[in-house]
Amino acid sequence: MQPAAVEVRNISKAFGASQVLHDVSLSIPVGVSRGLVGRNGAGKSTLVSILTGLLAPNSGKLLFDDVEAPAQRTSREWRNKVACVYQRSTLVPTMSVAENLFANAYPGNPSWVNWSRLRAAARGICEEWELGVNVDTRASDLRVEQRQLVEIARALAKGARFIIFDEPTAALESKEVARLFDRIRRLKREGVTLLYISHHLQEIYDICDSVTVLRDGRVIVAGAEVADLPKDKIVEAMVGEQIARSTRRPPVLSASSAPALSVKHLSLASMFHDISFDISPGEQVGLAGLGGSGKEQIAEAIAGLLTARSGDILVGGVTLKPGHVPTAQLTGVSYVPRDRRRRGILPQLSVAENLTVSIQRTFGNFGWIAPRRLEASARQLFSALSIVASSMRQPVVELSGGNQQKVVIGRALASSPQVLVLVYPTQGVDVAAKEAIFDIVATAQARGAAALIVSDELDELRNCQRVLVVFKGSIVKAFGADWSERDLIAAIEGVDA
Amino acid sequence: MAASAQSGFKARLTSLGLRELTLIPALLIVGFVGWLNNPAFLTSDNLLNILQQSSELSILVIAETLILLLAKIDLSLESIVGFTPMLGAWLISTDPSLGGSGLGLNPALAIAIVFLTGALIGALNGFLVVKMRLSPFIVTLSILILLRGMTLGLTNGTTLFDLPNSFLYLGSAKWGSVPASIWIAALLYLFFGIGLRYHRIGRALYAIGGNSEAARVAGIQVDRVVWGTYIASGLLAALAGLMLSGRIASVVSSQGQNMIFYVFAAAVIGGVNLNGGRGRLVGALTGVLLLGVLQNVLTLSQVPTFWIDAVYGAIILLALIFARLTGDRAEDV
Ligand SMILES: Nc1ncnc2c1ncn2[C@@H]1O[C@H](COP(=O)(O)OP(=O)(O)OP(=O)(O)O)[C@@H](O)[C@H]1O
Ligand SMILES: [Mg+2]
Repeated sequence: MQPAAVEVRNISKAFGASQVLHDVSLSIPVGVSRGLVGRNGAGKSTLVSILTGLLAPNSGKLLFDDVEAPAQRTSREWRNKVACVYQRSTLVPTMSVAENLFANAYPGNPSWVNWSRLRAAARGICEEWELGVNVDTRASDLRVEQRQLVEIARALAKGARFIIFDEPTAALESKEVARLFDRIRRLKREGVTLLYISHHLQEIYDICDSVTVLRDGRVIVAGAEVADLPKDKIVEAMVGEQIARSTRRPPVLSASSAPALSVKHLSLASMFHDISFDISPGEQVGLAGLGGSGKEQIAEAIAGLLTARSGDILVGGVTLKPGHVPTAQLTGVSYVPRDRRRRGILPQLSVAENLTVSIQRTFGNFGWIAPRRLEASARQLFSALSIVASSMRQPVVELSGGNQQKVVIGRALASSPQVLVLVYPTQGVDVAAKEAIFDIVATAQARGAAALIVSDELDELRNCQRVLVVFKGSIVKAFGADWSERDLIAAIEGVDA
Repeated sequence: MAASAQSGFKARLTSLGLRELTLIPALLIVGFVGWLNNPAFLTSDNLLNILQQSSELSILVIAETLILLLAKIDLSLESIVGFTPMLGAWLISTDPSLGGSGLGLNPALAIAIVFLTGALIGALNGFLVVKMRLSPFIVTLSILILLRGMTLGLTNGTTLFDLPNSFLYLGSAKWGSVPASIWIAALLYLFFGIGLRYHRIGRALYAIGGNSEAARVAGIQVDRVVWGTYIASGLLAALAGLMLSGRIASVVSSQGQNMIFYVFAAAVIGGVNLNGGRGRLVGALTGVLLLGVLQNVLTLSQVPTFWIDAVYGAIILLALIFARLTGDRAEDV
């Protein structure tokens, strides 16, 4: 029998009173790529933290190459066994890309920093990944997808024989995903063992040999061959029941009605110029484009986070005060930022407060908050989005990545907005929750809300009646509901098909 | 790691939201030792005395807690405690030869000026931090030094006596059989405690301290809240200054000096996190009480005078360790 590169034996883990992993066992033979899937909060990232020595299990054993894991969990020995691309960012924001790439493992003499060598090595890696940034850039100045690439490049640069990927593609564009997969296939040929976590099930079929399914901290499927397990079987194992996947395109309210959102000649130097479009009540419009295309900045301008240099934004006929979030909100704009961890969650506040922070003024007079009204309003969103938390009082920072995202989306819906601006709304949420989010957006549309979906994931754009494509700061193309994947991708990439 | 070290007691307190009260056993121990040492400790006179002497500190701790929740810092509070009542007393005094201005201002007007000055200093701090984007540490440190110097310069370092009763009222009056300053501090704790928990602005402090960028995205007017909080803390410090002058019936040029260290000690022992977003006023209050009781016990006991500060410091350190072990959770996220 093949020896196991990593073996987990009957591991259990609890945080306080909540049992997150129940008696989990998992064994990956050398050279095998194993997929790990499960709903948000199933315990995947917790298992990863145990494998990389960040967390100690309450009971159970962990073996690498049939030898028990090193006693000291942060030792160099352990770090040589396993490399990991974590779900949450682990870069030091104030340090340069070069330093982040080689954090604590400088090339050459590891005790002294040879700056020219460090930079040269970093430059090599940046070129390999086509990062297109100076290695002296601070990590905090990188875009989301660039940060993710640095994380990946760093994990791979260590040369470990066992590598864990926790949702590596959630923030990447299709071209970058393809590049990552090339690298992963090369690693597989070299006999490296992989553990790969994703909510995009197709990726599991693309790169994994076998798959483990976790549900509520228990192993439901233990390392079945992917070839024997069709997608809906995986989903069923994850969710515990079958779910229907459907397209919802509610009818646009009468075309004559005044637009819910009207953007007129919006420009902001070097980010976007002369952007104009209307969205009718009940309509869903996609805003697609590459990472640096400016589509996210347009969304930020609508939300009041950026001040456009010229142009107007009208909501229900009312011109918004530029760059002022509270008036945008009061006029009916709700916004879900892309970088949920950095710009979305209020970490120490409870789930309930995070859900309702934008509508607190409705819970009492003169700014006082009646706790019962807050609870009632939060509970509704909490169950509609099936958020997994020990209670609504739990600090949101303790939730799993996907559940944090659901909280931010729930907050945007709390105020019954006229205009919903959602940036990659389903990034990182599980299949069932994805459907729930689409359902909730459809419900909002049915009562007359306009939705702007800012994304280039075709799956997120599938309910849009129109898709506008932004390229280098301008809208270059508009598609009707009958857009084809090929044409849309070509327009996004800026090649004329 | 932190989870496995969690004792049952701590877990229970945490689940009840009473993590802050883990300091109470320490408080009881110090009190017990004090009583063993000198039974006079446990008389109502002495206990009221402790509360009255802690009242100014306790109000400064409210002010600092508000600022710390925002993940900011204010070192200038203790100099506002010294400067604002000095300015008021200087304006009131009729005799320039005793260090006053000779203006003989109406005491009510002088009190209004004391508060106004406190608010203005807070507004200046807020302006420099919010609009000029300067580091709160350096800004408030500079203001601290500046105001200390102005307090000395105003009266050439003399102490102002013979102040009208109305000017001293807040720190010397009794409401019922209890000093007014205790009532005032208690009411402020009630007001701010409830406000931090149940008012939008209170919750905004936690949101900003936890993640100011996310707070802005959520529609909280971060700049306005920060600025307003600096003004509020300036006002509170002016109030504490008036109370202190009232209690000792004069304004010394060194009034408030070194208080800021005890303000931080009390807040941090009480579980207010210096990195913002975490901590509660109940906790800070237990921190103040612990320091007050300790001070009193040391004075009543036979510790040699010159050693009191050293013992005080050592016990503060112990209390911090104790608070970490029993209540404060380690940052594992
Ligand atoms: N530090 C913590 N304190 C308390 N509970 C926690 C903590 N970390 C995680 N949990 C809980 O453990 C559960 C599993 O979280 P985990 O991050 O492993 O989920 P996941 O499967 O990775 O989900 P996702 O797909 O959303 O990333 C969640 O319900 C979460 O609330
Ligand atoms: Mg996860």
